[in-house]
Parts: sequence; C-alpha cells; structure tokens
Amino acid sequence: MARAVRLRCVPLTEVGPADLQTLSGAPSSSTTIPRVRRLLTGWGRTSPSAADVVSVRRPEQIDALIAEAARSARPLVPRGLGRSYGDAAQCAGGLVVDTTGLNHVLDSDLESGSIRVGAGASLHSLMCALVPRGWFVPVTPGTRFVTIGGAIAADIHGKNHHHDGSFMQHVTRLSIAAPVGRIEASPSTRASPDDGAGANADLFWATAGGMGLTGIVVEATIRLLPVETAWMNVDTERCRDLDDCMSKMESGDSGYRYSVAWIDCLARGRHMGRAVLTRGDHARLDDLPPRLRHATSASRFEPTSRFEVPFIPPGRLLNPVTVAAFNEMWFRKAPLLQTGHPEHMTTFFHPLDGIGAWNRLYGRLGFIQYQLVVPTGSAGEGVLRRVLERLGETRTASFLAVLKRFGPGDPAPLSFPMEGWTLALDLANGPAGLGEMLDDLDVMVAEAGGRVYLAKDSRLRPEMLSTMYPRLDEFQAVRRKVDPAGILVSDMARRLGLLGMEET
Amino acid sequence: MNNATGMPQSAVVIGGTSEIAQAILRALAARRLQSVVLTGRDSSHLGEVATDLRSLGVAHVETLVFDVTDVAHCRSVAAKALALLGDSSPAGSSGGIDLVLVAAGMLGDQPGDEADPIAAADVLTTNFTGPAATMLEFAGILHSQGHGRMVVLSSVAGVRVRRENFVYGSSKAGLDAFATGLSSALAGTGASVMIVRPGFVATRMTAGMAPAPFATTADAVAADVLRGLERSSPIVWSPPVLRKVFAVARLVPEPLWRKVGR
Ligand SMILES: Cc1cc2nc3c(=O)[nH]c(=O)nc-3n(C[C@H](O)[C@H](O)[C@H](O)COP(=O)(O)OP(=O)(O)OC[C@H]3O[C@@H](n4cnc5c(N)ncnc54)[C@H](O)[C@@H]3O)c2cc1C
Ligand SMILES: NC(=O)c1ccc[n+]([C@@H]2O[C@H](COP(=O)([O-])OP(=O)(O)OC[C@H]3O[C@@H](n4cnc5c(N)ncnc54)[C@H](OP(=O)(O)O)[C@@H]3O)[C@@H](O)[C@H]2O)c1
Repeated sequence: MARAVRLRCVPLTEVGPADLQTLSGAPSSSTTIPRVRRLLTGWGRTSPSAADVVSVRRPEQIDALIAEAARSARPLVPRGLGRSYGDAAQCAGGLVVDTTGLNHVLDSDLESGSIRVGAGASLHSLMCALVPRGWFVPVTPGTRFVTIGGAIAADIHGKNHHHDGSFMQHVTRLSIAAPVGRIEASPSTRASPDDGAGANADLFWATAGGMGLTGIVVEATIRLLPVETAWMNVDTERCRDLDDCMSKMESGDSGYRYSVAWIDCLARGRHMGRAVLTRGDHARLDDLPPRLRHATSASRFEPTSRFEVPFIPPGRLLNPVTVAAFNEMWFRKAPLLQTGHPEHMTTFFHPLDGIGAWNRLYGRLGFIQYQLVVPTGSAGEGVLRRVLERLGETRTASFLAVLKRFGPGDPAPLSFPMEGWTLALDLANGPAGLGEMLDDLDVMVAEAGGRVYLAKDSRLRPEMLSTMYPRLDEFQAVRRKVDPAGILVSDMARRLGLLGMEET
Repeated sequence: MNNATGMPQSAVVIGGTSEIAQAILRALAARRLQSVVLTGRDSSHLGEVATDLRSLGVAHVETLVFDVTDVAHCRSVAAKALALLGDSSPAGSSGGIDLVLVAAGMLGDQPGDEADPIAAADVLTTNFTGPAATMLEFAGILHSQGHGRMVVLSSVAGVRVRRENFVYGSSKAGLDAFATGLSSALAGTGASVMIVRPGFVATRMTAGMAPAPFATTADAVAADVLRGLERSSPIVWSPPVLRKVFAVARLVPEPLWRKVGR
C-alpha cells in the first residue's frame, strides 16, 4: 500500500475506557507488563466484575500476554472503549487486555481511501484525522467512542446498513493474535493473490461479530468513504404511527444513504409508534448554504470538549415521567416535513457524544439496551408492534427507541444484522418484572426468526442463543481451531455458553 | 454469571434442606439457575431437594454432606463446591460460583438453652460461628473470581433482641454484624453480600408456634430475595414493612421493649 500521508491520531485524553474503577491495593506485577485489578462494567453499568487490566502499547505485548495466559491457564479477553452495553469486555478473575494503546495509523493511502490502523484506535480519532482530508469511516455506530477492535468484534452497523452493510464488509484485512499464533485473515470474496487475500476467510468472518473470542485483533485495513464536507444533508419528517413510519421507510429509504427513525415508546393506542424519521446523505460543498460553503471550514471536524455527568445522581433522572415529557417535546419539536437541512456529522451521527458519561443518568442500577432484529414480513412486523404494546402496557419508559431497516447480512456466523427491522430500546434497570418481560420478548423475536444483538446484551437466556444464532456451531468450530485450550473467555461467553466447550 | 437483572446461573447452598432456601432456589430455577451444589447434614433429604430442583429444569445438582458447625471442614467443602461448579469445564468457561446462600440455622429451645450452656453454645455455633467461618471461606473464592454474591439469612430477631429468644436472637445479631463487616470488606471487589432479615416465616422451624405479627411464607421471602437481587440491595427485609417496624423498635426503651417484645 502506498504510504501517501502519515496521519497522526488525535490524542484520546478525554476518551478513557468507560467505567474503570481502580481497586485499592498495589498493582500485582508478577511479570513485566504491569496490571491493575479493576472493577469493570459495560456501558449499561450492570453486572460489575473485577479483573486484572493490562494496557498494551505494542502488539508484541499481546502475544506475550496470550502465551502467559496459556501457561497459567488463566483466561483473558480484549477490551476497547467499553461501549458494549453488557459483559462482553469483562473477564471476572482473569485478564482484560485494554487495547486502546494500539491506536496508531500504520499506513494510509488517501488516494484510494484505504487505511491500516491499530485495533485500539477510536472512530473518534479517525474522524478527526480523516474528515478534513475528505474521508469518512464506512460505518459509524451511534457513538464515535468505539475502537476499531470493538467495531470488528461486534460487526457494527450504522444508519447506512440498508445501503452499505455492516463494518466488516469494508474491512479488507485483519491481523489477529490468536492463542495458536499470529494470523493474517481476509474475506474470501475479494481474492487477489498478491495481497494474500482470501487467506483464513473462515477466521475473518468468525472474528466479525465474534465478540473478541477468536483472538485479539491487532490491526485492520479498512476502506474509507470519500466525503466533501463534514456536513449532512438531512430530511426530517414526522410519522403518525408505526405503520406510517414503516411504509415511509420501505418506500423511501433507498433514496438515502442514512436512515433512522426515533420512536416515542410511550405513545399508546392510535399514536402507538409515532416517530420522527431522519434521513440524509453526506453534503457536497455545493449542497451547503452560502454561509457554510468554505472548503476548509466545511470539512472541519473538531467536536468540542464535552460536558460530563459528574456523579451518579440519587434516584433515576430518567424515569417514566421525565421520559414522557422529553418524548412529547422531541416529537412536537420535530418538523412535520423538512428537506435539505444541513446538519453537522457530529450531531447527526452522535448526538449523545456531547455529554460525557450520560449512562450515569440511569442511576445506581444502570440500564439495559434491548436491540432486536426481525426479518421483513408480517411475522416480524407483528413482533415490533407487540413489543411496543408491551412497553406501553407496562409503562416501561424507553428513553431511546430507534427503528431502522437493515439490508442483507454478511457471511459472519455471529453477525447481528439480517434483512429486516431492528429496534433498539434503552430501559432503566431495576423495575419488577423487567427480566421476565425481556425473556418473553426474546421468545417472540426468536419465533419470528429474529435475534438480539450481543454487543448490547446483558441478560439473554443461554438456551436462546443457538436459536437466534443458528450458525453458532460454525463459529465455535473456528474458535476451537484457533483457541483449542479455551483461553479467550469473557463474562458474556460464560453467561451465554458462547464457547461451546462443555460438550467436547 | 449473574446477569444484569441480578439472576445467578450457579449457586452453593449452606443448609440445603432449609425450606426458605428451597423456595429461593425454586424461584431462581424459573429464571436462570442451571447448577446447584446443596450442602447439609442429611444426605437423603438433600437428595430429595436435588430431585425436586432437577424436575424444575436445573440441569446440574450435586449434594455434599457438611455440618456447618464442623468449621475444620469448611475449607475443603468450599473447594469441592467450586470444583463441582467451576472446574467441570475447560479453562474458565464456567463462571464459578454466582451465589452462595447461607441458610443453615436452628431456633433452639430458649428455656432449655438458658439451663444448659452446651445447648446454648450449640445454637450460637450453628447460627453464628459455623456460618461465619464458612462465609469467610466462600468470600475468599468470590473475591478471587472477581464476582458473585453471598445471600445470608439473618433475622429480625437479631435486630432488636428479645428476652424470649435472646440466645437465637444474639446469634443472628452476631451473624448480621459479621455479614455487614464482610460486605464492606468486599466492596469494590466484584463480590458482594446481601443480608436478608425475615420476620416470622411459616416453615418447619416455626411449626407449632403462634404466628407473630407480619408473619409470612417461604415463597414470599423468596420473592423478596429475588427483588433484592434485581435491585442489588445490601439488605432485604421480609416482608418489606419490617424495615419501618424495626426502625421504630430499635428506639423503644428497654423496659417498654420487654413488655411489647413478648
Ligand atoms: C451510545 C451508543 C450507541 C451505539 N450505537 C451503535 C450502533 O448504532 N450500531 C452498532 O452496531 N453498535 C452500536 N453501539 C455498540 C458499540 O458500537 C459496540 O458495542 C462496540 O463493540 C463498542 O466498541 P468498544 O471499542 O467500546 O468495545 P468494547 O465494548 O470494549 O468491547 C466490545 C467487544 O469487542 C471485543 N474487542 C474489543 N477490542 C478488540 C480487539 N482488539 N480484538 C478483538 N476483539 C475486541 C471485546 O472483547 C468485546 O467482546 C453503540 C454503543 C453506544 C454506547
Ligand atoms: N422460619 C423463620 O421464621 C425464620 C425467620 C427468620 C430467619 N430464619 C432463618 O432462615 C434460615 C432458614 O430457616 P427455615 O425457616 O428455612 O427453617 P429450616 O427449614 O428448619 O432450615 C434450617 C436449615 O438449617 C439446617 N441446619 C441446622 N443445623 C445445621 C448444621 N449444624 N449444619 C448444617 N445445616 C444445619 C437445617 O438442616 P437439617 O435438615 O439437617 O436440619 C435446615 O436445612 C435459618 O437460618 C433461620 O434462622 C427463619
């Protein structure tokens, strides 16, 4: 790859790994790489567990840690910025490898738009570096504060899934530190012999959505998306109910690269599923109004320093009453129909990133994000309706409820997206009956051929896993080849029986 | 592993034949419970409880004979329980012990205990010394595994000790205080302690006694315990109203307490 421009990542000083609380006591440093016992949670702040956290700066340290784990039979798991909601990046009593130090851009070709980057680099730092140079990441989730490794391990999707697919469809090569050794892997579909592409395609796809259990991704090569500005050209409209929203999305989504609907979950009866639909595309310079139309300023991407929720407030600030009030305001504020409105990337893609540690607003017990996908068709659509009804009945306030249409999935056995509808709900943890209600929703979702997203999960019944992910055994077979001793283990893997080691 | 709503997949029970413990296990079986190690004195009774749990869908149930007063053996029992839950599968793929339920206890016979120091000491050992030593052993395991919860059946009898049952009451007061201290010792380690303070519960322990005010059932206690797990409560009163009742009871002057406490 041509070494056109050398990029320097914006330092991530204020983007430390979420929710790391150092425990009292001196770091136990029996070996050369220092480690500290810490209590970890995911973004939802549920199920804390303590592990020895090691921050790595160089890829060789990962190989050394894996060798050490194999010797001591103590499990380990990689961790990025801790933005998965549940226990995916935790390994109680074991070793958690904080990969955020592997944040270098190793190689870039800004002619063709390809970048080779350390797995710990955040999408935030990449955007800061790339947007002014006319490139954007191919897929971004609802927050910029995720690492490349986390994006790969969850095979993340964005508002453009119906148009561009998920993250791994834009990755051309991975370097993976697996317990059996370092492995280069690429997807078989874009085979080109001199590139070594097509090698270890099964490992490539098992790593996509593999939740860190097939090895630690050290670096990745990613194809970028050309953009002219840091602005979006946005159309917004209100939808009166769920049917209205879904039919607008079905008929109109293909005209937009990005599309998502925010749903007012507390609206019931006739208004059930009322929504604000936001769709758009990257703005060209010419699309912008004259006041914004300056080549350099229009591509400026410098999110300002963030307000941070300083402590866990007593009680929950986000409760059914406040959420209902917010939803009402949000819905009324939205225009009935507005087209061609310019909006900066930062607020279009990552509206919540302006507030640091907003997850604390849910109080001591944290929150659960329930994200489901159901295939297109009447069964799946019925499930969406029943989920919203159920939330309305139990007055379970969801502060965030997002509906989106997915395009077809990719070859990865554990990748979440499938052609259909995805609904994501943020639910305060603690109310009586919440666990049982979500268990019921799981059954409905699975019966319709759908699944829940592991990157958001913190409570699924293990029995549901192979129904929701029917290719689980394929994943496990690849995993056993690269990690025969079962060194890579997370709390999530233990909770869900993801590894499938018991039977062997 | 305990999930986001506090539901465990594996549990060890000290006093596995306790009726309250059985009610809690049945309620947990309906949620996530998959593996249980029951410990206790009476192996055939433990076997019956195990059969019942299996019929409720708990996949792995094992029993271990352990008299909680036999503190010399609490270490080996804890190690065996961990091995049964954790080491049956390859490197760390099981989550170890999610929940330790400490239910062993005896009411004693107050007049008899007052007359017989050995009988009184037996109550104290069964309700306090034995459970405390066992809890320490399991706390060490939970601490090193970095997660897990200990649920301890204390009693309102230990919150304000009554003349009528002060041997039992003081043993529960000691247990409760010990659990409180252990809870702070474990703060921030991923392991935690939940203290359960039931009032009068209709079980074989209280069979034949006249129910006290706010009497409840083992199933109701179990429901309160599950709510406590969901809410990560450090203390659970069962029924919950007893928290307020005992907030007042604590303040009642001793001469008056002697009268109302009967
Ligand atoms: C506000 C918000 C909005 C979100 N919106 C979306 C969205 O729109 N779409 C979407 O798809 N997701 C979304 N997510 C989820 C998020 O994108 C994923 O959970 C992502 O995996 C987080 O990355 P991370 O770096 O924080 O990883 P972590 O949470 O630290 O880890 C997640 C998983 O990645 C593994 N992992 C981390 N680094 C590596 C590595 N180097 N090699 C191998 N495995 C590794 C971990 O073991 C773990 O299993 C959102 C999250 C938040 C908080
Ligand atoms: N019932 C109430 O009103 C009430 C109220 C508050 C608190 N509690 C507490 O709740 C717990 C459970 O009581 P319960 O109501 O369920 O009564 P239970 O059925 O009699 O349970 C007591 C349990 O303790 C066990 N045990 C006694 N001595 C033991 C020893 N030396 N070693 C091991 N196990 C021993 C018993 O086992 P065996 O089968 O071998 O006898 C039995 O399983 C007790 O700690 C009790 O103090 C009860």
